[in-house]
Amino acid sequence: MTRLPARMLVNGALLVIAAATLFPLVWMVAVSFMTPGEASTYPPPLVPRDPTLSNYRELFARTGMARYLLNSVLLAVAVTALSLALNVAAGYAFAKLRFKGRERIFRVMLGALVIPSQVALVPLFLLLKELGLVNTYGGVIVPAMASIFGIFLVRQYALAIPDDLLDAARIDGASELRIFRSIVVPALKPIIVTLCVFTLLGTWNDFMWPLIVLSDQHLYTLPVALASLSREHVADSELMMAGSVVTILPVLVVFIALQRYYLQGLMAGSVKA
Amino acid sequence: MGREGEVVAELVPEFERAHPGIHVEVQQLPWSAAHEKLLTAFAGNTTPDLCQLGNTWIPEFVALNALESLDPKVADSPTIEASDYFPGIWATNRVDGKLYGVPWYVDTRLLFYRRDLLAQAGYAAPPRSWAEWTTMLAAIKQRHLRGQYGIVLPANEFEPLVALALQQEDALLRDGGRYGNFQSPGFTRAFEFYVAMFRSGYAPPPAAADLSNIWNEFGRGRFVFYISGPWNIGEFQRRLPAELQQTWMTAPLPGADGPGASIAGGSSLVIFRNSRNASAAWQLIEYLSRPDVQRRFHALTGDLPPRRRAWSEGALADDVHARAFREQLERVKPTPRVPEWERIANEIRLVAEQVVHGDLTLAQGQAQLDARANRILEKRRWLLDRKNGP
Amino acid sequence: MKRTTAAWWFVAPALAVIGVFFVLPVLAALIVSFTDFDIYALADIRNLRFIGWRNYVRLLETPLFWHALGNTLYFVAVGVPLSIGASLGAALLLDSPLARAKSFFRTALFAPVVTTLVAVAVIWRYLLSTRYGLINYALGGLGIPPVDWLGDPHWAMPAIILFAVWKSFGYNTVILLAGLQSIPQDLYEAARMDGASTVQQFRHVTLPSLAPILLMVSILTIAGHFQLFAEPYVMTQGGPLQSTVSVLYFMYEEGFKWWNLGSASAVAFVLFLFIFAVTLAQLRLAPRPAVAA
Repeated sequence: MTRLPARMLVNGALLVIAAATLFPLVWMVAVSFMTPGEASTYPPPLVPRDPTLSNYRELFARTGMARYLLNSVLLAVAVTALSLALNVAAGYAFAKLRFKGRERIFRVMLGALVIPSQVALVPLFLLLKELGLVNTYGGVIVPAMASIFGIFLVRQYALAIPDDLLDAARIDGASELRIFRSIVVPALKPIIVTLCVFTLLGTWNDFMWPLIVLSDQHLYTLPVALASLSREHVADSELMMAGSVVTILPVLVVFIALQRYYLQGLMAGSVKA
Repeated sequence: MGREGEVVAELVPEFERAHPGIHVEVQQLPWSAAHEKLLTAFAGNTTPDLCQLGNTWIPEFVALNALESLDPKVADSPTIEASDYFPGIWATNRVDGKLYGVPWYVDTRLLFYRRDLLAQAGYAAPPRSWAEWTTMLAAIKQRHLRGQYGIVLPANEFEPLVALALQQEDALLRDGGRYGNFQSPGFTRAFEFYVAMFRSGYAPPPAAADLSNIWNEFGRGRFVFYISGPWNIGEFQRRLPAELQQTWMTAPLPGADGPGASIAGGSSLVIFRNSRNASAAWQLIEYLSRPDVQRRFHALTGDLPPRRRAWSEGALADDVHARAFREQLERVKPTPRVPEWERIANEIRLVAEQVVHGDLTLAQGQAQLDARANRILEKRRWLLDRKNGP
Repeated sequence: MKRTTAAWWFVAPALAVIGVFFVLPVLAALIVSFTDFDIYALADIRNLRFIGWRNYVRLLETPLFWHALGNTLYFVAVGVPLSIGASLGAALLLDSPLARAKSFFRTALFAPVVTTLVAVAVIWRYLLSTRYGLINYALGGLGIPPVDWLGDPHWAMPAIILFAVWKSFGYNTVILLAGLQSIPQDLYEAARMDGASTVQQFRHVTLPSLAPILLMVSILTIAGHFQLFAEPYVMTQGGPLQSTVSVLYFMYEEGFKWWNLGSASAVAFVLFLFIFAVTLAQLRLAPRPAVAA
C-alpha cells in the first residue's frame, strides 16, 4: 500500500474515533446553552438557535450548585493533601526503610487490592456511624486518607532512589525525617504530582460512597447532587447539561493541564505491575 | 420533597417573622431518593427536627421508634381539630392507636382526561364504573388514531394498580399484616382489569423512559386518560399552553360497580423523637395546618388540603379541577400500615411489569407476590410472635 | 532515632487508616453477612438474629439475584472484549508511524476516562432518548428505525455497554500504547526479513510481546466491569424490567434502600468471590510468556 492512502486511512480512523469520543462532550456544552425545551424537539438540534446563559443562572440560583461545587473542591483538596502525606511516607518506607515484616505486610496489601471496595461499604458505614462521622465531611475524608494503590505507586518509584545517597546522608548525621524532606520528596516529585492528579480526579468523581454517607443536601458533592437532580428534573435536559458542564469542566481542565504526569504515571505504574 | 420542598422555603419567612427566635432551615430531597436518605439519616443519627413523610412510610419510622407521638400536642392545639380532617386521611397517621403525624396535604389518585378527545370518541361524561370505562377505551381504540392511546399506565407507578385493588373488599395483606393476600378474589379482579388495559391495546407498553415529559405528551393528545394525583392540577395548568386549558378535566376513580375508592395518600408532618427543638417544630406544624396557610400552600403547589375548612373558601372552592378530588377524598382507604409496605409496593410494581410484559401469567404473578410478600414479612411475624409470647 | 522506629512512624498512619477503615470492615462484613441485620436491628440491636448461611441460601433462592448476576456476566462478557478490542485498535493506530498529532488524539481518546461518570451518564441518557436522541436520529439517517434504548429490556444493557466502552477504552489505550512502544524494533526487523506480512508480524511479534500487559489489562478491566453500579443507577434505575440490575446495584438496594444489611453483605462477598475466581482463572489460563527467539 502506498504511503498516502495508508496515512489517510490511519489518520482518518483516528479522527473518527476522536470525533466519536469528543462528540457527547461537545454536545453537552451546546445543549447547556439552549433555551429550555429546545433539546426535546424533532429533529434534535445540534447548535443552540439562541444561545442563553439562563440554564447556568437557574442552576446556581435555584438548585444550589455553588454549594456542591464548593463541597467537591473542599473534599478533593483535603483528601489529596492528607492522603499524599500518608501514602508518600508509607511508600518510601516500604521501599527504602527496613522494618520487621515489611515484605510480608506489603504482599498482603497487594493481595488486598483484589478485594472490591464495596465489600467494606456496609460495615464501614456502621463504623462511621459509631464514630459520629456519617453525614459529615469527615465521613468522606477519613476512610480515604490512605490507599494501597497510592502506596504501591510511590514504592515503585521510590525503589529507584540510590541507596548510597541515603546512606551518605545518614552518615552525615541527618535524621530520617530530614532525609525524607530534603532528598526523598524532591526525588519523588513526578510521582507525587501524578498521585496528586489521580487522587484529585478520583475524589472529585467518586460517587457511590458520598451517595451513601452524605444525606444532608448541603454536603452533597457534584456527582451526588447531579444524580439527585437528574431524578428530579428528568425533563429539563438543558438544565442537566449545564450541571454536567459544571461537574466535568474542572476535571478536564486539571487533566489537560497535567496530562503529562497523569499519563506517565499510568503507564509507569502499569508496565511495572 | 418535590415541589413542596421548594414552596415551603417560600412560606418559611412569614413564619419566622411571626415567631422571632425560631429559624427554619429547609432541605429538599427528590422523592425517588427520599426514603433511603431518611433511613440513612436515621441510621447516622442525623435526622431533621421536622419532616415531611409520605404517610405510607409512617409505620416504618414508628417501628424504628423514630417519631414523636403527637396525641398530647393535638389535644392542646387550638388550630388543629381532628374532626375537620378527612377521616380516611387522619387514619393513615395512626399506628397502634397513637397519632404520629399531622396530615399536611392529601394525595389520592383519580382520572385526568382530555374532555375534547373523549367527546370526539362520542362521550360527553367521564366513566363512573369499570364497564363504562372499558366501553370508552374501546371506542377510543376504534378510532385508530396513530400514536393515541386510551390510557397511559407508566411502569414506575404502582399507585394505579394499588388503587384498583383497594377498591375491593379483600385486604392486600391478611392476619394483621403478617401474610400477603394477593391471590384473593378481590385482588384477582383488580389485577385482571389492570392487565387487560395493556392486552386490549388501550395502554401503551410500559416504557417509562420515553414518558419523561408526560405533560407534553398529554398536551399532544397521546393519551386520553391518566391516573394521577393532585400535583398535576398545578403542573398541567403551568405546563400546558393556554389554548389547551379548557380541554382537560378530572373525575373520580370508577369502581367495579360505580364510583370507587382510591388510595389515601399524602404527606404528613412528623417530629423526630431525638429532635431538640420539638416545641418549635410543633409551632411550625400548627402554622402550616392553619386553613388560610393551607389555602396559600394550595395556591402555590396545587396540593390539596387535608381539612375540610380549607376547602370551603377561596380558590379551592371555585377550582373545577379540584371538585373530583373533594368527592374522592370522602372515599379513600389507607394502604396496609406495616413498615414493609414500601418494599411490598415495589414488588407489586415489578411483578405487574413482568405480567404485562408477558414474562409471567396473571396467576404466576399473584403467586409470586404472595411468596415475596411473605418473605418480606417474615421478620415482622417473628417480632409479633415474640411480643405476644410463646 | 533508630531507623526501624522511624520506619514505623512513616508507615503507621497509613497502615492504621487502611487497617481500621478497610480491613476491619471487610472482616466485619463477613460477620454481618451471617446475621439478619435490618432496620429493626438498627432500631434495637436485640432484634438481631444470627442466622448462619441463611442469607447466602436465600440469595440463591432469589430470582432477582440470579438475574443481577446474569446481567453482570452479560456486561462483562460483551463489554470487556469490546473495550479491550477498541483499546488495542486505537493503540495500534496511535503507535503507527503514519499517525500525526498523536498527542492531541491521545488526549481526546482519554478525555472520557477522567470525566465524572454521573455527568456523562446524564448526557448519554439524553443522547439515547427514543424520540429526541441523536443516536436514533443518526440511525434514522441510515434507514434504521428508532430503538427504544433505555425502555426496551433487550436494548438497555447494550446501551449501557456502549456507554461503558466509550467511557473507559481510553484508559487501556494508553496502557497498551506504552506496551507497544516498548517492543524492541529489531523483533519487527527480524520478522520482516523472514518475509512476514503485516498481519503475521502482528500475530507473531506484537501479540506475544504484549501478552503480559494484555493479561494485566484484562484482569483489571474484568474486575472493574464486575463492579457495574453508577450507570444503571443514573440511567435506568435497574430497569426496564430489571434488565440492568447489576450485582452491585442489587446490593445497594438491598442494603441502603431496604436496609437488609445482612443480606447486602452476603451479596458483596459473593461478588468478591466471583471476581477472585475469575482473576485466578485468568492467571492460570494465561499462556506462559514466550521466550523471544
